[in-house]
Parts: sequence; structure tokens; C-alpha cells
Amino acid sequence: MTMTEDAPARTVLGQRLLRKEDPALLTGEAKFTADLVVPGALHLAVLRSPYAHATINSVDVSEALAAPGVRAAYAGAEVAAMFTGPLPCAWPVTADMKNPAHFPLAVTKAAFAGDGVACVLADSAAAAKDALELIKVDYTPHEAVTNLEDALSDRVVIHDELGTNKSYTWDLKIEETEGQVDAAFATAAYTTKQRFIQQRLIPAAMEPRSVLAVPQPFGGDMTLYSTTQIPHILKIFVAVLTGIPEHQMRVIAPAVGGGFGSKLNVYPEEVLCTALARKHKVPVRWTEDRSEASMSTIQGRAQIQDIELAADADGRLTGIRVRLIGDMGAYLQLVAPGVPLLGAFLYAGVYELPKAYDFSCTSVFTNMTPTDAYRGAGRPEATYAIERSMDALATEMGIDPLELRRRNFIPKDAFPYEAFTGLTYDSGDHDAAATVAAELMGYDEFRARQAAQNVPGATKLLGLGVSTYFEMCGLAPSRVLASLNYGAGGWEAATVRVLPTNRVQVVTGTAPHGQGHETSWSMIAAEKLGVDPADVDVLHSDTAIAPYGLDTYGSRSLPVGGVAIANACDGVIDKARQIAAHQLEANPDDLEFSGGVFRVAGSPDREMPLAAIAWAAFTAHDLPDGMEPNLEHSTHYDPPNFSWPFGTHMCAVEIDTETGQVEVLKYVAVDDCGVQVNPLIVDGQVHGGVIQGLAQALYEGAVYDTDGNLKNSTLAEYLVPAASDVPPITLGHTVTPSPTNQLGVKGVGEAGTIGAAPAVINAVVDALSGLGVRDIDMPASPNNVWHAIQAARASTTSSTHGGSQ
Amino acid sequence: MEVSVTVNGVTHTHDVEPRTLLVQYIREQVGLTGTNIGCDTSSCGACTIHLDGEAVKSCTLLAVQADGGSITTIEGMAAADGTLHPMQQAFMENHGLQCGYCTPGMVMAATSLLQENPNPTEHDVRIGLEGNLCRCTGYHNIVQSVLAAAAK
Amino acid sequence: MIPAAFDYVRAGSAEEAISLIGEHGDDAKFLAGGHSLLPLMKLRLAQPTVLVDIGRVSDLSYIRDAGDHVAIGALTRHMDVETSDLLKQHVPLLAHAAGHVGDPQVRHRGTIGGSIAHADPASDLPATTLALGATYIAQGPNGTREIAASEFYQGFLTSALEADEMLTEIRVPKMNGAGWSFQKFNRRAQDWAIVGVAAWRRNGDSGVALVNMGSVPILATSVSSALAGGASIEDAAAQAAAEAEPQADLNASVEYRTHLAKVLVKRALTEAS
Repeated sequence: MTMTEDAPARTVLGQRLLRKEDPALLTGEAKFTADLVVPGALHLAVLRSPYAHATINSVDVSEALAAPGVRAAYAGAEVAAMFTGPLPCAWPVTADMKNPAHFPLAVTKAAFAGDGVACVLADSAAAAKDALELIKVDYTPHEAVTNLEDALSDRVVIHDELGTNKSYTWDLKIEETEGQVDAAFATAAYTTKQRFIQQRLIPAAMEPRSVLAVPQPFGGDMTLYSTTQIPHILKIFVAVLTGIPEHQMRVIAPAVGGGFGSKLNVYPEEVLCTALARKHKVPVRWTEDRSEASMSTIQGRAQIQDIELAADADGRLTGIRVRLIGDMGAYLQLVAPGVPLLGAFLYAGVYELPKAYDFSCTSVFTNMTPTDAYRGAGRPEATYAIERSMDALATEMGIDPLELRRRNFIPKDAFPYEAFTGLTYDSGDHDAAATVAAELMGYDEFRARQAAQNVPGATKLLGLGVSTYFEMCGLAPSRVLASLNYGAGGWEAATVRVLPTNRVQVVTGTAPHGQGHETSWSMIAAEKLGVDPADVDVLHSDTAIAPYGLDTYGSRSLPVGGVAIANACDGVIDKARQIAAHQLEANPDDLEFSGGVFRVAGSPDREMPLAAIAWAAFTAHDLPDGMEPNLEHSTHYDPPNFSWPFGTHMCAVEIDTETGQVEVLKYVAVDDCGVQVNPLIVDGQVHGGVIQGLAQALYEGAVYDTDGNLKNSTLAEYLVPAASDVPPITLGHTVTPSPTNQLGVKGVGEAGTIGAAPAVINAVVDALSGLGVRDIDMPASPNNVWHAIQAARASTTSSTHGGSQ
Repeated sequence: MEVSVTVNGVTHTHDVEPRTLLVQYIREQVGLTGTNIGCDTSSCGACTIHLDGEAVKSCTLLAVQADGGSITTIEGMAAADGTLHPMQQAFMENHGLQCGYCTPGMVMAATSLLQENPNPTEHDVRIGLEGNLCRCTGYHNIVQSVLAAAAK
Repeated sequence: MIPAAFDYVRAGSAEEAISLIGEHGDDAKFLAGGHSLLPLMKLRLAQPTVLVDIGRVSDLSYIRDAGDHVAIGALTRHMDVETSDLLKQHVPLLAHAAGHVGDPQVRHRGTIGGSIAHADPASDLPATTLALGATYIAQGPNGTREIAASEFYQGFLTSALEADEMLTEIRVPKMNGAGWSFQKFNRRAQDWAIVGVAAWRRNGDSGVALVNMGSVPILATSVSSALAGGASIEDAAAQAAAEAEPQADLNASVEYRTHLAKVLVKRALTEAS
């Protein structure tokens, strides 16, 4: 595939280039962590508490130790002593945030069903699993805390040493003049007040987590292979926790089968395998079973949202009040406390809001699996709340929900736009996105069809839902992260080297797990350097090869990592220009670079291709005085702003009121992520994101009983939908480049998920509004829909009887 | 217990524990790790292979049950010269994969689907893949891939 | 993911299988397609000490015209039931229902006998064969006996089979042109039914059975009686849950499940008429 000969600017970016990653993945050649073969590895198995809340009185591993094939067995206390401290939480959002010690295995108390209490090392996975059944643990079970408001009451305290279940309260009150929020509500023409429940979700990346620690006993080096999104961050924490010097710690994320935030953590099994491999001087590996993963890998969402809107007579927003309760689960995971904060800035969505905003989040501990960032992390929750509320406001005003939104859009010519939060939205054109979406949906036609079909007595009701969103992604400017007390920065590293034979290596600190970075980063380098993307290789996810990086999450890889690569290419081009000028005996400023060739302006016959420059840089026979050999540039890029993708999603449904079944008739997603590097990949990201959001709306939800047992721990019970259960997606795009980076790009990994859940639920509620249904809890399962209809009918009947109608 | 199977045309004979699942046997004893394990309840289809020409979930068979059988795994789909199977090619051309973990099972299920229904509608494809879960693609491009392969 | 250890023996014939199961006692289990048993074993919810593999008793895989009924060998796979021309012609309800069991991969391995012997009230084929008035043939150390489907299901995952008996054949009366319907209501296509209905009607006769409406597959005799008495479909369907004992689970409250049974029976009867 050659497309760069005589190429004008931007010939590669924007192409639907097929992915380089695919042949290995399609043929079984790609190696995931569990595929790696290492002779002599011992298998770790973890005994997990069957109780959600229990004191551990004693652990007896003696019988397990005597079992065939077992090499070692440990209880929590012994394991804790192998580490310098408990597992990390990197986001202490307030100075007084309560953070209970979270050891790789519980020592005194098990705080959720699935909390590890003991472990076994054996010659085979089967022997390790068998031996777990021989470990005797004496527990004293306690009442479990599974309700967030009950947790806040401190009736039962989970972590005795904290004395409370409350972790923190974080406030964001923004007013021009004191009392502005209260005044906005006091003088509002319309107000809405609603409570939304963000149910717990199981991320369910298709590849379960897997870890393999390989020591070099005589040198002290340790290589940790892990199914992780964050090899770089993991390296630092594992080194600190195990006491292995950081320079001897290497982390490799081989092929990684999806993450969605669930592999953005420092997990007990990662540090356990490392410490045990070091102690026993043999490789140690662990791969989770799916039903184990449901309990031992983080879960997502899990918030109660109370949101109030104030609006003037035209429906323009004048004030917003938000109260959240965040469910942290049993312990604070790596970035969990910050998840609600990532949403805090987005509760006004894409709308103009004066400085009349009052946000407060209180997060609590419960006896359930710890939560953390899950695709969108805080932003889907915020978007859901504002977009559901906008529909409620439209209903109250009796106007079309799309019209209400248009009245509130930040106008196109206002960008860059300083929002009420003080953050600057880089670019946007909400009206355009909404217009494209409405056209693709056939908005007006559908409304007409709906009016004709949704007559009294109809059992098949049509509904149309709209959602618009702004996403704050591309995490993130380091100074902004500092202001939010995040424990690290948000920069990204890149090295670009042109090898002597004019092949290009790109070294990136991003850590892809399905996003196609190898392809997209090749395209960026190819675009910049005028080479064939096939001649670019992308090196990543190995801290020995790519020593600097902050990894992949928060739709950051392209707007931070990709821009870093473009910047590094600029550094290469600058150096190449000096070499070319030297050899062509021209002024560097007179050289034009295009299609991989430097030409002297006005003398097109005087030219030097990058290939010749790379060779010259390698031989170093004739370089400018003082110039170092080789053609390579490294850079670290700290973005000046977040990136702000946006869009409009629309969903049309038909509901069978007899069964409660929701059928999605059409789903339209119009997403604007600025300049698209590879539209093929962008489309795929949106497709997947939309279905993940739709799955929250219609299918998924981790269900716990009051004893804290997860009732749907397998994929037979936790309903990740299949192809048979979801609709095709109609995509549209608008392109509004970001002015904050040289590529004009924004993130896109989370956008689909953010837009989808509110679009679907707005459609469901719209369909049922004629029956008196005003809200429905997610997932809108047939059971929940049917019960909502019955409740609305009962309430209509009773109020009729009460004479109020 | 001794098990002898043909995998991608090569005969393998091993002594296995009866409880060894076919997928574990293929991965650990035959040494072909392209077949993945995604769940423990026969729900996700990541482990789909062909046994005697039909798609089955290799996590829900014991290796001993497959004794004497002929197995094709994802490693056996491309031609010896590296030319991708038309289904693999269609997945590549239609961006039918992202992280790639479900992909071997999807490809094996999809080829079996086309054997049984060479001219499926979009609905047929969606229903035919009911036993395979993917978390990345939203299935849109997987369905397009299978339809494209059928049209070849 | 890894079952507890067990011993494995392979039977070459029904007689051998019965002898082996008798030899190994209560903790031994038959293994047919394995698609009901192995998932439980992988989660260690079942830990048999011996598996008697009957998967190679090839003479129990058949579908034969037996005059007034079709005889189906217990080891006939769902896919073969689904695609059988004989069944499509004479017992189309069963062929159709078999196409809704699990997913294609499951249907390539799972067997009708395994599904029925497992006696799962949420499975499609126990209720379907119950609606059709099937007779099951059980073979034990002392020969064979017939068990009416209506007598077979005795409790949750419990059948009338003795520990040393093996289900060998399912005899399904020909439908003789009866109208029929199979309603499977679930959230994902691959899942068990939240509620399912298998129904047929011919003149005044009918058979209606419910999936997942109690601890056993439920024969909705009140519906058939009402129809026989001349009731409208609507009125007959109102009796759908009369024999049921629905339980609440993650997908349905008792109230919803009861309502759903009535809706689906109404739809089934309408389609079968």
C-alpha cells in the first residue's frame, strides 16, 4: 500500500487504512498473557471470602500445603509482610479522605465477597484450585452494608479503624455572587428535580485478567507480564510495593484483550505474583476465571444522583444543583475517588449555564467489589443526569426535547468557550451535530409516525430519545490534575527514529488494548515524515522499550500520545532539515519538506530525500558541526487543555406494553472528535461505545443481595448482549478540529458510551410518557418496563379516584 | 487416559487427566494458544473451534470426549502460504475486530454459520452469532464482515 | 473453570452404560453432550466422582417414523432435531423448539435426551415434549419401561429416572396438521427463557406447556380444558398460570412472570389457531 509518493499534505490522515494489528489477531498468532509459555512457572490460586463482611479469626493452610503439587500456601498476614505497604490509591481527592488499608489479601477482615484471604502456589492451575478447598478459614460474619444511604448512616461500620463508612465529601460550588444558585431556583420559571441510579456494571473485557511474573534470581531483575492498560504506572507501584528497585522492574503488557478501565489498576494478583516469584525464585502466574473476575476485578458506575435544574421561561438553564453518593465498594482502588470529579464539570452538558452551579459528592464504602473507572468514568453519569433532566424539563414545558436543547446550546461562534467552571471548551458545533443526527434519524417523520401510532389503547408504543454530550477527555494537563489532587501528571512520551534504511520506529508511552494504535500512530508518523505507513513500526507496552509513558485510559491516547508523536516527528524533521541544508549547501529556512523530500525553494532539482538524510545521519561522515549522529527525536507532551469531543445521539424504540420488551428500531450516533486519523477505527470505537452504553440502558447491572452476594457473577447471568440482541448503528460525523493541538484531534474512545445510555432511556420514557411513566431505572429490562407501566397506571387510577384529575 | 485427535491436519496423542477440558488440551498440550477462554459457562464463545466440521465450544467438552475427532482451530484457517481464509480477510477488511480476543471464536462460529447457511440475511448472521460475545465492536462490523464473506 | 477430579469411563452401548452406572453408584453421572453437566462441574457446583460417557452410543442417535409417533434416540443432537425433515413434517413444533436451544455451538453438541434427563424447567425441550404428550423410554438393569412426560418431571432437576436408569428414546406423537406455536421470551437470544410456551391446537384438542414457570415444566391443563369447553383464546389464556408455581429471579418478579405467561399463551394460541 503506497500512497505517499508525490503526496501533498495530509494524504495519510483520514484514510480508512486497514489495521496492522489484525493478521496476528486473526490467525491466533498474537500472544495474550495467558498464552505465554514459561517453563517451571508455578500457578497461583486465591481463596476468596464467601462473606461480604466478616472478621477473619484464623486461617489454616496446613492441609493445603500437604496436597499434591502444592509448593506454598499463605494467609493474608504473611502476605502483607512481603510488601512495603497496602495497595495504592493515587487520587486523594480531599485532604481528609478516608482510605482503609487494602492489602493484597485481607488480614483481619474480609470486606467483600471475593476479597482474597489466602493463596496457594502449585505446579498446575488444577492442583492450586484443588488445594483451595483444603484451606480452613474461621470467620465471624457481620451484617453486610449494600445500600449507599444505609452506609452513610454508619449503622454498621465496615472499616473499624476509620470509624465511618464515609470516605470523603468533595464540593464544587461556582457562583458569581453568593446565593446565586438559591436565587436561580427561587426565581425559576421551571424547575426539575430527579434522582437517577447508576447501577453497578461489570466491565467484562473479553480477556480475563492474567499475570505472569518472571524473576532473574541472580541479578534481581523482574519482568512482569500483565493484562494491563497501564504498564508504566504499574511498574512504579509494583516496584515500590515489593521493594524491587524501579530500574530492575520491567512490565510488559502483551496483546491485551480489552480494558474499558478494568485493567487500569494495581491489582492484588499483580503484586502477589511478583512478590511470590521473587520469594520463590521461580515464575509465578495467575489467570482469573470469569466468575472470579466478576468479583475480583473492579466494577463501574455505582452512583446515586440527585439533580435539580432551574430554567427561565424560555427553558434556558439558570442554575444546576447536584448531589451525588458514590459507591466506592470495599476499598479505594487506584483512581476511584476521582471518578465522580471527572463528571463534576459536565453536569451542564453542552449548554450555556451562568455561574450558578452547586455540586457535592459524598463517597462511601460498602461491602461490595471495589469500583473504579469504567469506560467514560464520571462523564457518562453526568451526561445521563443532565440529558434525562433536559427531557424532564421539556416535558414540563410541553416543548420538543430537541428544541429545548437547541435553545441552550453554546453557539458555534462562542468557541473557544470559557465555561462556568473556568474550563475552556476548545471547539464545538452542537447545532450541526444535532442537525445531522435529526436528518439521519428522520426526526420529524418519526415524530409524525409516533403521533399516529401512540393512541390510547395501543400496545406497541414508539419513542424517540435524544442525547447530546460534551466529553472532557484527553487526560490531561498535568497542572489541572494537580489542582484536583491527582497523584500523577497527564503528559505522554514519544520517540521517533528514522533508521538507516529509512524505516521508522515510533516508541510510544500509550498502551493499546484494541484501539489500533499501531495503525494510527504509523499513520501520524507517515503523514508527518512522508513515508509509507507500512514502513513504520510502533513499539509500546514494554517499559524496557518505551521507558516513559502514562498509558491508555480517559480517551487520552490520541490527543496526548498521538500529538506527542507528531511533535517528535517535528523534531526529526528539524534535525533532518539541518542535515539537508548542510549537504545541499542551502539555508535551512529555504528548504521545503513534503512527501518525504526536502527541496530548495525555487530550485526543485536540489533535493534530498529523508532516506538519504537518515543514512547520512547514521554514517555521520558529513554532519553540521556539533551535530550528534542518527536521526531520532524524543519528546514529552503535556497538553494545554483537555480535548472536548461532542455529539448528538438519537434512538428510536418500540415498546411492547404487554411484555415490556424494548426493541431498538434505529440508533443514530453523530460524533465529532475533530480530525479523524483513521475513520475506520473511529467508527469502530463509536460502534463499540454505543453498544456498551446501550447495554447499561437495557441489559446490564450487577445485582447484590442484602448479604452482599453477587447474584450474577457469570456471563450466563450478567447479560453482556450478543449480536442477536443489539441493533446496527447509523453513524454520522461532523469534523470540528481542536485548536489546541497540531493534529486538530480529540479523543473518541468513550464518546459512544457517554451518548448512548441517556438516548436509549429518553426514548423508552418518551414511548411510555403517554401512560404516565416519567422515569425508569436502568437496565430497562422487560420486567422493569412492565412494572413501571403498572405503577404509572396504578398511580393514574388512584389519582383519578382521588378526584385530582 | 490416552487421547488422540487430529488438529489442523496433524495427529496428536497425549495422556490426559479426564477433567481436562478440550480447550485446555488444545492450548496447553497441543500448544495452540489462538483459541481463547473468556468465560466458564459456555456463554461467550471465545473458545469456539470446529470439531468434525462443526462449531463447538471447546470449554464445554472434555478432551476425552473429542478422542478420535478432527479439530480445526483458528491456526488452521489461513492457507499454508499465509493467505488468510476468506472469513479472516473479511474481518480485516471490515474492521470486524478490535482487541481480537473474541475474534478466533467469532471467525470459527461465522465460518460454521456460512457452511449451514451460505446466504444469510443480516438477521440470520446476528442470530447465528448469538453464542459469541464481543465487548469492543458493538458487533456492527462483525456482522458486516460475515455478510461480506458470504458475498465473496 | 477446572472441574474437580473424577474418573471417566466410556460406554459402548446402553447396556454397558447401565451396568457401569450401577457399578459406580450414586456419585456417578451419565455424560451425553455434556452441555448441562459440564458447566455445573466447571463452577464446582456438581462434583461427580465418575462420569459414564454415553456420547459414543451411536445407535441412540436416530429419528424414525414409527407410525403414529416419531421415535427419537436420546443421543440425537439438537441440531439434528432442528433440521430433521421427518420432524419438520410430523412434529414441526419440536423441530422449531430445538432450534431455540442455547446457541448453534450448543446445538451441535447438546442432545435431546440429555436435556430431558436434566429436567431443567427452564429448558425448552422438556416443556415442548410435555405439551406434545411425549413418552420417554427408560432402560435399566431389568429392561425398559415407558414413562409419560406428564409423569416424568418430579421436582427441580429431578426426574422419574432411577439412578441406574438411562433415557434411551423419546416418542413424540405426530401432530397430524395441528396448528402450533413456540413462544420463547428472553432478554438475550442465547439465554434460557424467562417464560416459554409450547402449544398446539387441533379441532377441540390442544396441548400447552410452560417453560420456567415452576420447579418443573408445567402442563397448562386449565388452558386446554377451557379451550375444550369453548372458551375464547383470551379467556383460556387467563388460565395460563393456574398450574404454575412461578419463582422470582433476576429477570422477572412472580407477578411479571405470571402476567407474561398469560400474554405468551394468548399469543401462542392465536398463532396456533
